[in-house]
Amino acid sequence: MIRSRLLSKSLIYLLLAAGTCLCLFPFYWLLRSSVMDQSDIFVIPPIWTPNDWLISNYREAMTILPFNRYFLNTLIIVVLEVTGVVLSSSICAYSFARLRWPGRNIVFMVILSSMMLPGAVTLIPQYVGWAKLGATNTFIPLTLPAWFGGGAFNVFLLRQFFMTIPKELDEAALVDGAGYFRIYSRIMLPLLVPALVVVGLFSFLNGWNDFMGPLIYLSDEKLYTLALGLQTFKGMYNAQWHLMMAATTVVLLPAMLVFFLGQKYFVEGIVMTGLKG
Amino acid sequence: MITGRKLWNKEARAGLLFASPVIAGFIIFVLGPMIASFTFSLSEYNVITPLKFIGFGNYANLFDGTDPLFYKSLGVTAYYVILSVPLQILLAFMVALLLNHPIRGKAFFRTIFYMPTIVPAVASSMIWLWLFDPDLGLLNQLLKVFGIPGLQWIYSENLAVPSLVLMSLWTIGGTMVIFLAGLQGIPKHLYESVEVDGGNWLHKLFFITIPLMTPTIFFNLVMGFIGSFQVFGQAYIMTQGGPNNATLFYSYYLYREAFEFSGMGSASAIAWVMFLIILVLTMMVFKTSALWVYSESEGKR
Repeated sequence: MIRSRLLSKSLIYLLLAAGTCLCLFPFYWLLRSSVMDQSDIFVIPPIWTPNDWLISNYREAMTILPFNRYFLNTLIIVVLEVTGVVLSSSICAYSFARLRWPGRNIVFMVILSSMMLPGAVTLIPQYVGWAKLGATNTFIPLTLPAWFGGGAFNVFLLRQFFMTIPKELDEAALVDGAGYFRIYSRIMLPLLVPALVVVGLFSFLNGWNDFMGPLIYLSDEKLYTLALGLQTFKGMYNAQWHLMMAATTVVLLPAMLVFFLGQKYFVEGIVMTGLKG
Repeated sequence: MITGRKLWNKEARAGLLFASPVIAGFIIFVLGPMIASFTFSLSEYNVITPLKFIGFGNYANLFDGTDPLFYKSLGVTAYYVILSVPLQILLAFMVALLLNHPIRGKAFFRTIFYMPTIVPAVASSMIWLWLFDPDLGLLNQLLKVFGIPGLQWIYSENLAVPSLVLMSLWTIGGTMVIFLAGLQGIPKHLYESVEVDGGNWLHKLFFITIPLMTPTIFFNLVMGFIGSFQVFGQAYIMTQGGPNNATLFYSYYLYREAFEFSGMGSASAIAWVMFLIILVLTMMVFKTSALWVYSESEGKR
């Protein structure tokens, strides 16, 4: 009995270790290729560990295209987006969860149903609208929509979270003469922080990883995001794998950093979105 | 009698005011565009010249084969969805089962398996382009070790979609975490009663775990389906829909029609067909769910 337990346990660890290797391997290959000399890339069979670590690949990749600028552009877009999502989705969720007004539940259901709609249906008219307003080739189409409720899904998520906060808190504050905005900003917002971190992290990653949005709206190279920059880079340096991998690492790194900083929230967040969603 | 004044008291006014961003957002970015999109889909429109109403011509062009790429693109997308979604779910479920055991380093493994899902689509496309490279890529070098001649991967008409499916298996972390949360919600005493009855791990899996997990499987199936149907980045960055339209995924087909050929009218029709397909198939999954998804109220009966 004990022996078979031990056996099955080692089997589990063995399988998990194998899975870990498969998961991590592409990351390793990326890093390994990003620091190699170009001539070493062509060696067959492949070299598993780089002979020397050439940080200069990164410098070279970064000077070919203005990645600093792309980084700044991406950062501006993402910060504006995340701020908009966090502020507007929380105040809207507060209204739907706590304040009674005629038609509230119907309005909420209608807005929620828009989650079913594939982005493709609204993509074209939105583009045409922004084009008519002369707002293409600016960050406006990529950031302004986030300030309008931050997406039905986030409102839904935060509304669920509001349900777990005791109602007595609002009522006590109301008796003390606090207005509704005051209750939202002073009492609810601080309590909402864990859920807001989740919403913020996911919108950060969505913004950082977005490809189609910038692709459609930004045509001036000065406004490119990292994702678009990397795509351009690929067009120019197709076979220069060492430089491509260095550039890819640069695009990847900030997302990874945010992931590791907010790790514990991520798992909570997926569970929250997955099970209650 | 409730007067308007009473109906719209201070609380109600504040409520409407606070909800106004998302209401305005819905009207401006969802409802308005939907109406516009439907109008476009009945017209010939390229943004520059005025809209020309042509009735259901755009839809007819798609279905009667005037645009031969419509059926091609649907087929390619269906192939990708049918191949990738079940494999992703199966693999994610198996990993979640492994992680659900009382093992050390659970959080560590969970983090590792989730990590690939964080990678931006452009970056993962670059990494896999490099792995798939027919001349120098690692996959072909590994095949060579086993004496198998190199494959063309995404550059071959037959292998392009399976290659992208293989790539999609790298990013099952999100699905896996949802499964894991579901598994942790299964009451321990159910397993104990199987043990008491002398059942082994297979009995536990088929009589407890899988039936109780059907709601989660169902959720992941619907989400995976909707997500895979809209795959875009890989087609744009890695294959440009090729070779010979073998990876002309539906979203990419739509993008090309709208933003490369300026056919806003026909592209809108393509978008509405996509919406209908997703709607009908999701509804079908929901309808059949009564047959195989365990619901708590039923179980209690």
